[in-house]
Amino acid sequence: MPLGYIAKRLFHLLLIMFGVSVLVFLMLRMIPGDPARLLLGEFASPEELVRLRSQMGLNQPYVVQYGIYLKNILHGDLGNSLRNGAPVASEIGVRLPATLELAVAAMLIASVLGIAAGVVSAARQYSVFDYGSMFMALVGVSMPIFWLGLMLIYLLSVMFPIMPMMGRIGMGSEPDVVTGLMLVDTLLSGEFGDFLDALHHLVLPSFTLSTIPMAIIARITRSAMLEVLNKDYVRTARAKGMSEAVVILRHALRNAFLPIVTVLGLNLGLLLGGAVLTETIFSWPGLGRYVVDSLMARDYAAVQGCILIFAALMAVINLMVDLVYGLLDPRIRVHA
Amino acid sequence: MRKPIACVFLILCLLPALSFGADAPVTGGTLIWGRGGDSVSLDLAQATDGESIKAGIQVLENLVIFGKDSMNVEPQLAESWKVSDDGRTWTFKLRRGVKFHDGYPFNAQAVYDSFARVVFKEHPYNSYGQWKYPSLSLGPVKDIKVVDDYTIALITDKPYAPLLNNLALWLCPILSPKAMADYKDKIGQHPVGTGPFKFVSWTKDDQIVLERNKDYWGEKAKVNKIILKSIPEPSARLMALQSGTVDIADDLDPDSIALVKKNQKIAIIERPSVNVGYLAFNTEKPRLKDPKVRQALSHAVDKDTLIKSIFAGLAIPAKNPFPPSIWSYNDAIKAYDYNPEKAKKLLTEAKFDFNTEIELWAMPVSRAYMPEPVKTAELIQAYFAAVGVKAKIVRHEWGAYLSKTQNGEHDMCMLGWLGGNADPDNFLYGLLSADTAKTPGAANVAIWKNAEFTDLCLKGQKTFNKADRTKIYLKAQEIFHAEAPWLPLVHSTIVRCYSKKLHDVPLRPNGLNSFQMVWKEK
Amino acid sequence: MHSWETFSDLLRNRSAVAGMVLIALVLLVAVAGPGLAPYDPLKPAPLERLQGSSERHWFGTDSLGRDIFSRVIYGTRISILIGLISVSISLVPGTFLGLMAGYFGGRIDSLIMRLMDMLLAFPAILLAIFITAILEPNLTNTMIAVGIVYIPHYARIVRSSVLSLKEQLFVQAIAHLGGSHARILARHILPNAMPPIIVYATLGMGTAVLQAAALGFLGLGAQPPQPEWGAMLSEGRQYIQIAPHVAAFPGAAILVLVLGFNLFGDGLRDALDPSLRMV
Repeated sequence: MPLGYIAKRLFHLLLIMFGVSVLVFLMLRMIPGDPARLLLGEFASPEELVRLRSQMGLNQPYVVQYGIYLKNILHGDLGNSLRNGAPVASEIGVRLPATLELAVAAMLIASVLGIAAGVVSAARQYSVFDYGSMFMALVGVSMPIFWLGLMLIYLLSVMFPIMPMMGRIGMGSEPDVVTGLMLVDTLLSGEFGDFLDALHHLVLPSFTLSTIPMAIIARITRSAMLEVLNKDYVRTARAKGMSEAVVILRHALRNAFLPIVTVLGLNLGLLLGGAVLTETIFSWPGLGRYVVDSLMARDYAAVQGCILIFAALMAVINLMVDLVYGLLDPRIRVHA
Repeated sequence: MRKPIACVFLILCLLPALSFGADAPVTGGTLIWGRGGDSVSLDLAQATDGESIKAGIQVLENLVIFGKDSMNVEPQLAESWKVSDDGRTWTFKLRRGVKFHDGYPFNAQAVYDSFARVVFKEHPYNSYGQWKYPSLSLGPVKDIKVVDDYTIALITDKPYAPLLNNLALWLCPILSPKAMADYKDKIGQHPVGTGPFKFVSWTKDDQIVLERNKDYWGEKAKVNKIILKSIPEPSARLMALQSGTVDIADDLDPDSIALVKKNQKIAIIERPSVNVGYLAFNTEKPRLKDPKVRQALSHAVDKDTLIKSIFAGLAIPAKNPFPPSIWSYNDAIKAYDYNPEKAKKLLTEAKFDFNTEIELWAMPVSRAYMPEPVKTAELIQAYFAAVGVKAKIVRHEWGAYLSKTQNGEHDMCMLGWLGGNADPDNFLYGLLSADTAKTPGAANVAIWKNAEFTDLCLKGQKTFNKADRTKIYLKAQEIFHAEAPWLPLVHSTIVRCYSKKLHDVPLRPNGLNSFQMVWKEK
Repeated sequence: MHSWETFSDLLRNRSAVAGMVLIALVLLVAVAGPGLAPYDPLKPAPLERLQGSSERHWFGTDSLGRDIFSRVIYGTRISILIGLISVSISLVPGTFLGLMAGYFGGRIDSLIMRLMDMLLAFPAILLAIFITAILEPNLTNTMIAVGIVYIPHYARIVRSSVLSLKEQLFVQAIAHLGGSHARILARHILPNAMPPIIVYATLGMGTAVLQAAALGFLGLGAQPPQPEWGAMLSEGRQYIQIAPHVAAFPGAAILVLVLGFNLFGDGLRDALDPSLRMV
């Protein structure tokens, strides 16, 4: 079953990616502003502009431009950045690991703290802890994360300077790039001090990014747990004299994983969006900042490449979530 | 009694030693340079942005260069030069025994390839780059002749006095012909020149690493390594400087600089710049056609308060199109003083329409000449409101802003200019002559077409005698003042903030320097 | 009456009441704005810039010396407007598309939903940035952009309600009796699909305010000198070391308003449609 299903989903994915590529292509060209003009700035003459535009291939009809673009993509080439001529694929390749590291760390924090808060809240429904953590969860989704980031910087980097306010690692101790993931690379280089330093740099940005998913996970975990805790088999387990802790951990939590996994998947978009803001505030050299900078510079090729990568990432993760869903709960049949 | 004496003796001995220790350059160490963004291309013939230029000029050299702290032209890879009597042939004698970083020898052929690729379409390297400002750099050069291995001649199609200053700009670097042939269109990512620093590596959006050129032809660089680190947030750059994570922090906002001034560990150098930030009145719009209206608006803005607040004191008020650091500045001109009453009176006399909103275009990006464009616009808006003029702030994305203003679509717009070659012609002819007021693509965004002023500019270009040129430009500035096509706002001060561990840090009025002589305390 | 029950349910729900109080507070400030604000929110006083909290300026002054307290007060109107207008912009077309897709199914359904999937493939903030960039950045276009971004969410919710309603007996009965499509949709399906829409719209007001603030923060939203909270906060970023109050207060204002919408939306969900709790 899953193979046919996966094939069908992958086909859908391709269809959507095609649509997205057309959409991005058109939207970019609807934005006022000419990349050549932006590159040359206030000191350029009209002749220089015309020449640069033709060098960039911007004077060709859209259909031709898109055709070239599509042909390149099919050959695995995302084109060259209009700003510096470097291949977009390699530009993305350098930055993607930074964003992934940030996002994964944020998701980890969000899951661990969120699930813990949700489980305890459910176990002690209507307690002070329950009300407190659910209120905090609501505050978490109501806060502009860029504001939270700034306030954390002010508190922990300016007022009590215990946290670095920017970057991925102390300057001068960058490890050789192997995976692009700072934590992994520092470990591979055998410099444990640098590893701790990278971890130290990761704390504030990933915590900032984690708040919204954490809040959502806490709420979902709580309601999923409550529902399960009232089910017959849990009551039976309790009646059999199992300790409450065992009941919660063994039966309830396992079943509550389903909705949690769904949320993890659904919030990836949120996380990528949040990364745009978080990376801006913490000077994190990731893809979120890159795509916004590229958009501001009308670097068509770079933006197209990034959005395609984003869309593909989201589609793949959603597919994986669905599959995990099926594995976790065989009762759920995937409707192909 | 011996001990105290010994101590005093020791201290007396040490004092000069200590101060000597601070003065004698030390070789070695890594200089970390925090800046606002990444470079685009280190092939400077293709670069337009400050971040590319400040990194590139550490690696690449020109025939001639501006002085360490001034804008006077001095020899670099050329030892001497002369101009023919008709003013059209410039002959340069080149320095001997210079090698590129890849070991390839520097000679006239290298100069030829570096220039010809920009100027001649048929040159094999022409298609390898996007030559950004050929008209500004080698524009009038029509022919390049290799006279012998160490002599090269540039021939222009008309006498063109500013050429020498143009060659001193970043735009005319000499690169290794071998590297240009090998790297082709990737040369901007792997620059190979003759400079005091060699290019090592480049991590996008993060850092560029340069290292000392041990075989440099001149005095060798002091620091072993320069790391140019991109830190986009100004507040983060400030903190990095304060904590000692970086040795230099570029482009701090005026308020941060005021804060840094109180820090004992940080040194600051300030230089009058060669820029101007201005508000251009579109003289073709009916409501701004009358010079009286433009003079009135010039009286309405309090530049001193603007500078004291938004520029945190880091600028001087402008009254002419170019700053006093450039020769032929007309200081006899009396600036329009801040006088709201007079402004109102003049506006009423000119029958200005107070009821309709007038558009005030604010730049969307900050520049050295205008570090806080939007706030400046908001303040000007308030000043105009005080004399009864309702201004509406309009913002466009930078590219659109430039196209639209050069198309004359605005009522008033903010803009500025950095006179890279320190020649008055660059400001007067380039920004205010009738020739450059033709839309679209008008660099003269006041669309101001004054025949007398334009004639003076053209005459200035053909005059090689500096005293005569000065007279011409003094007169031109008088016309500019009376007609008020711009409200000249400020000439900002260029600032470099760095750790006191660094010594011999240079700063040119255009903010671009080689860091060859900079050294760092251990 | 059904709605009366809902209303009294709401009043018993602490979360809803807290939310209502917060929203009422902000509305009050918005209405009474000019009376409350001690200073002109737009008039610069350049020589009094970046002052901290004091008796004269409760929230301090910004980089042009304007009173931040007054600006925050005037900003309430802008933010409430953003919430209302953006949500309407996503609600109306979203509901329509959802109804069409769910009711007619087949080709129409897949066409509409594929289109929605495409929009959903973008992270929301990026799509909003795109749209504002295309339309030129200003406050109106911010609302439009944020509105468009959330159309697919409403379409999806409405579609799934319609799908389940369509199966229900009474709708099928009416269809057999020869009711027109328009009539069935307007009289029978839409009213029954309303509760989740209302809940989502309330929560959506908060999201819209946050997204608009993010655009303002990136410099793509309200234009100066408008006292929009996100734009004010954005200025504060630059002064985080020397004048943290510039960022702190507008951000806190955003938090209060969005928290109000979220609390109220939560309460509303419990009262209107307990089955939605899991979403």
